Amino acid sequence: MSTVVESHDHGHHGPAKGLSRWLFTTNHKDIGTLYLWFSFIMLFIGGAMAMVIRAELFQPGLQIVQPEFFNQMTTNHGLIMVFGVIMPAFVGLANWMLPMQIGAPDMALPRLNNLSFWLLPMAFGILISTLFMPEGGPNFGWTFYAPLSTTYAPSTVNFFIFSVHIMGVSSILGSINIITTIFNMRAPGMTLMKMPLFVWSWLITAYLLIAVMPVLAGVVTMMLMDINFGTSFFNAAGGGDPVLFQHVFWFFGHPEVYIMILPAFGIVSHIIETFSRKPIFGYSSMVYAMASIAILSFVVWAHHMFTVGMPLAGELFFMYSTMLIAIPTGVKVFNWVATMFRGSITFETPMLFSIAFVALFTIGGFSGLMLAIVPADFQYHDTYFVVAHFHYVLVPGALFGIIAAAYYWLPKWTGNMYDETLGKLHFWLTFISVNVTFFPMHFVGLAGMPRRYPDYALQFADFNALISVGAFMFGLTQLLFLFIVIKTIRSGKQAKPEVWEGAGDLGLEWTLTSPPPYHSFTVQPQVK
Amino acid sequence: MAYIRKVFTGFILVLPLIFSSLIYSESSDYNMPIGVTDVSESIFGLHMLIFWICVVIGVIVFSIMFWSLWKYRKSKGAVAADFDDNFWLEIGWTVAATLVLVWMAVPSTQVMVEAYDDAEGEINILITGHQWKWHYEYLEDEVGFFSNLSTSQEQIDGEVPKGEFYLREVDEPLVIPTNTRVRFLITGNDVIHSWWVPDFAVKQDAIPGFINTAWTNVPEPGIFRGACTELCGIKHAFMPVVVRAVEREEFDAFIAEKVALAEEERMLTSKVWTKDELMARGESFYATNCAACHQANGQGIPPVFPSLVGSQITMFDSNKHIEILMEGVQGSAMAAFGESYSEVDIASVITYTRQAWSNGEKGDGVIVTPQDIVAYKNRIDL
Repeated sequence: MSTVVESHDHGHHGPAKGLSRWLFTTNHKDIGTLYLWFSFIMLFIGGAMAMVIRAELFQPGLQIVQPEFFNQMTTNHGLIMVFGVIMPAFVGLANWMLPMQIGAPDMALPRLNNLSFWLLPMAFGILISTLFMPEGGPNFGWTFYAPLSTTYAPSTVNFFIFSVHIMGVSSILGSINIITTIFNMRAPGMTLMKMPLFVWSWLITAYLLIAVMPVLAGVVTMMLMDINFGTSFFNAAGGGDPVLFQHVFWFFGHPEVYIMILPAFGIVSHIIETFSRKPIFGYSSMVYAMASIAILSFVVWAHHMFTVGMPLAGELFFMYSTMLIAIPTGVKVFNWVATMFRGSITFETPMLFSIAFVALFTIGGFSGLMLAIVPADFQYHDTYFVVAHFHYVLVPGALFGIIAAAYYWLPKWTGNMYDETLGKLHFWLTFISVNVTFFPMHFVGLAGMPRRYPDYALQFADFNALISVGAFMFGLTQLLFLFIVIKTIRSGKQAKPEVWEGAGDLGLEWTLTSPPPYHSFTVQPQVK
Repeated sequence: MAYIRKVFTGFILVLPLIFSSLIYSESSDYNMPIGVTDVSESIFGLHMLIFWICVVIGVIVFSIMFWSLWKYRKSKGAVAADFDDNFWLEIGWTVAATLVLVWMAVPSTQVMVEAYDDAEGEINILITGHQWKWHYEYLEDEVGFFSNLSTSQEQIDGEVPKGEFYLREVDEPLVIPTNTRVRFLITGNDVIHSWWVPDFAVKQDAIPGFINTAWTNVPEPGIFRGACTELCGIKHAFMPVVVRAVEREEFDAFIAEKVALAEEERMLTSKVWTKDELMARGESFYATNCAACHQANGQGIPPVFPSLVGSQITMFDSNKHIEILMEGVQGSAMAAFGESYSEVDIASVITYTRQAWSNGEKGDGVIVTPQDIVAYKNRIDL
C-alpha cells in the first residue's frame, strides 16, 4: 500500500480541451467535479430561496412576498436541497473517491456515468423554469400531498412530474454504476469486510436508491394519470384514496432520508480515524449498523403519518419500529466516540466539521426519538419542532458531512492545501449560525407554530427574528466556503500524497499523488 | 492551539446552558403547553420524560466525547492507542440502548391507549376543513356554521397595528360543553387540512373521503386557540381554530339559539325577497366566502381563480351560474356550496355577482331568488 503508483501515459489519455471535456467526459474525476459544482450552485439557489422564506418570516405580517410565492419557495427550497444538493454532492464524492478507495482506474460504466450527470441539469432546468411561468412553480410542499398536488395544483405540476422522473432515472443509473463498480473493480485482496466505510455506506445507499426511486416514479406517474387522464388514484370523489398517496410517498421518502445521511456516516468515520490517528473503533459493527438502518428504513414510513387516522395497532407498530432505529444509530455514535478515546487528536477543519456532525446529528437524533413517540407526536407533528429536527440531521448532519469531505479530500483532488485559518473561520461561523438558526425552531415548534406558514401569531415573533438573523449569517458564511474552494483550486501549499499525517495507512487514495493521475489506478494495488 | 482550547472549554460550558434554558421555561411560550385535559397532561408528562432521558444520554455521551477530545489532543503529546474493537463493549451498549428504549416504550404505549378512543361521545361534532375555513356541525341537533378568520387584511398587510390575537381569532368559534365527552368527526371538503388544538392535544388530519375521530373532555370553561397544520394552499396560515368551552347550561342555550336561527333561515326561503335585500345579503356573503379567491373587486387571480367581471356566465347564463355554485367545478378550486349553505345565501350571492361591478348594466341582470334554488334542487333530485 505504500508505493505511489505513477501514471505513465498522461500524453495519450489526458482530458480533452475546452467545453467538450465536460460535455463528453467519461472520466470519474471530471464527472465527480461536475456533480460537486452542480450541487454547489444548487446550494446557493436553494439557499437563496431559504433567504426569501426567512426574510418574510423575520416579523409577523406579509411584507416581502405573498403566500402563493412563499409556498413556491418552501416547496422548491425543499426539492432543490434534497434532490439537487445533498444527493448530487454525495454522488460526486462517490465518483471521485470510490475508484480511488478500491484501487480501480475508473467507474465500471463510464458512459452511463456521463448520462446520469447530464440528466440532472435538464431536470432542474425544467423544475426551476416553472417559477417563471404565469401560474408559478410547484406550491404544494416538497412532499406534494395529493389532492393539493393534483386536483388543486397549478398546471405546471406536469413539468414538476417530468423533472422528478428524470431525477429518478439519473439516480438509478448512478446507483447501478456504483454497485457494479464496487462488486467488480476492487483491488485484489480487498474483501467486502476490508472495504473503506465510505464505500460500504455508498454500497448500501445505492441499493436503497434502486429500491425506492421506482416507487417515487410510480407515485408521480399516478399523479400524472389523475391530473391528465381521468383516473382517481388519489381523488376521493372518484373512489380514490388521498392517504394512499402518503403511504406510497413515504415508502419512498423514509429510505430517502437515509440515502441522505448514510454516505455522511462513511465520510465522518474516515475523518475521525484520520485525525484521532487511530483506526475506526468497531469497523464490523459500523457496517452492520448501516445495514440495519437501511433495512429498518423500509418498515417505519408511516411515522410521518401518525395523524392521518391509523388504527391503534398501526400507530404502535410504527412507533416501536421507529424507536428501533435509535439502536444502530446510537451504536454508530458510540463507536465514533470510542475512536476518539485514547487517540492522538488534532483539530483541522475537516475534523472540526466531523466533531460538530457527531454532536449536532445526535441532537437531531434525540428530537427524532421524541417524534417517534406517537402521543407526543400529536403535538409535534407539522410544527417547527419537525422543521428543527430534520434540519438538524440534514444541515449539521448531511451538509456538514459534505463540507468535511470537501476539506478532507480537496488537497488530494487539487494538489493544494486549503487555507487552514480561513477553514477554521468558516467552521466557527457556520457552527454558530447553524445553531442560532435551527435551535430556536424547537422552541417555536413546541409553543405551537405550524410549518409552512407565511405569517404567524405574535408570540412567535422574537424567536423568528432570531432564526432569520442566524439564517442570513449562515447563508453569507457559505460564500466564504466558495471563496476558500476557489482559492484552493488556484493556489496553495503543495499537498503530499498522504496529505494528512499517518493517512497513508488508512486508505488507497492516499497512496496516489496529489492531484491523482487522470486514470486513478492503472495497475491494481495489492491489499493485504 | 490556545484559542481552540478556550473555545472548546467554552462550548462544554455552554452546552448545559442550552439545555437548562429549555428546562427553566416550562411556560407555553417555549415549551409544549400542558393543556387542560387529562390526555394533554399525560402527553406533556410523557414529552418531558422522554426529553429528560435524552438529556441524560446526551450529557453522558457528550461528556465522554469532549473529555476525550480534551485529554487526548496531540498538542499535549497524546500517543494513540492501537485498539480498534471490543466485542463485549459493542454488545453492552447495544443492550443498554435497547433497555432504555423499552423504558420509553412502556409509558408511551400507556398514554397512546389512553388517548386513542373512538367510542361515541355525548356530543358529536362533524368538523369539515374547507379552503380556507372550518365548518362545524352538531350532529345531534343538525345545526352547523362556518368559522372564518376574523383578523382584518389591513392587519396582515401592516396598515394597522396587529391585535392581541392576530391570526388566532375567528368570527364564530366552536362551542363545546365542559365536563362532557365530546367526539370530533373530522373530514376535508377539498384538500387535506389538519385540525389542531394544542390545549386538548388533539390533532387529526381532515382528509376528503375519510372521517377521522378524536375526542376531548374539557374540565373548565375557557377559550382555546389552535391552527390548521397540514399545508392546504394559499391561505393555510389563515384558517385558525378557536374553541370556546362553556358550562352545560350555556351550551344548551347556545344550541337552542342556533336551532331557532336555522328555523328562521328556513322560513326566509319562502319569503319574497326584493333585489336590494338580496344584494345586501349577497355582498356580505361574498366578502366572507368568495373574496379570498375571486377578490373583492371580482377580478380573481387568473388563471387559477377566474374573474367574475364581464364573464359570459355572470352576465348571460344564470342557469350555469346556479349550477356552478351548487355543484362546484370539477378539477378546480371552486367548491360545491350547495350542501353547506342555505338557498337564501346561494341566491343572494348569485344575484349580487350578477349586479356588481357593472355586470348588471352590461349583462341581463337576472335576479335569482331562493325559490329558483329550491326549483334547481327539486330538478336535480328527480
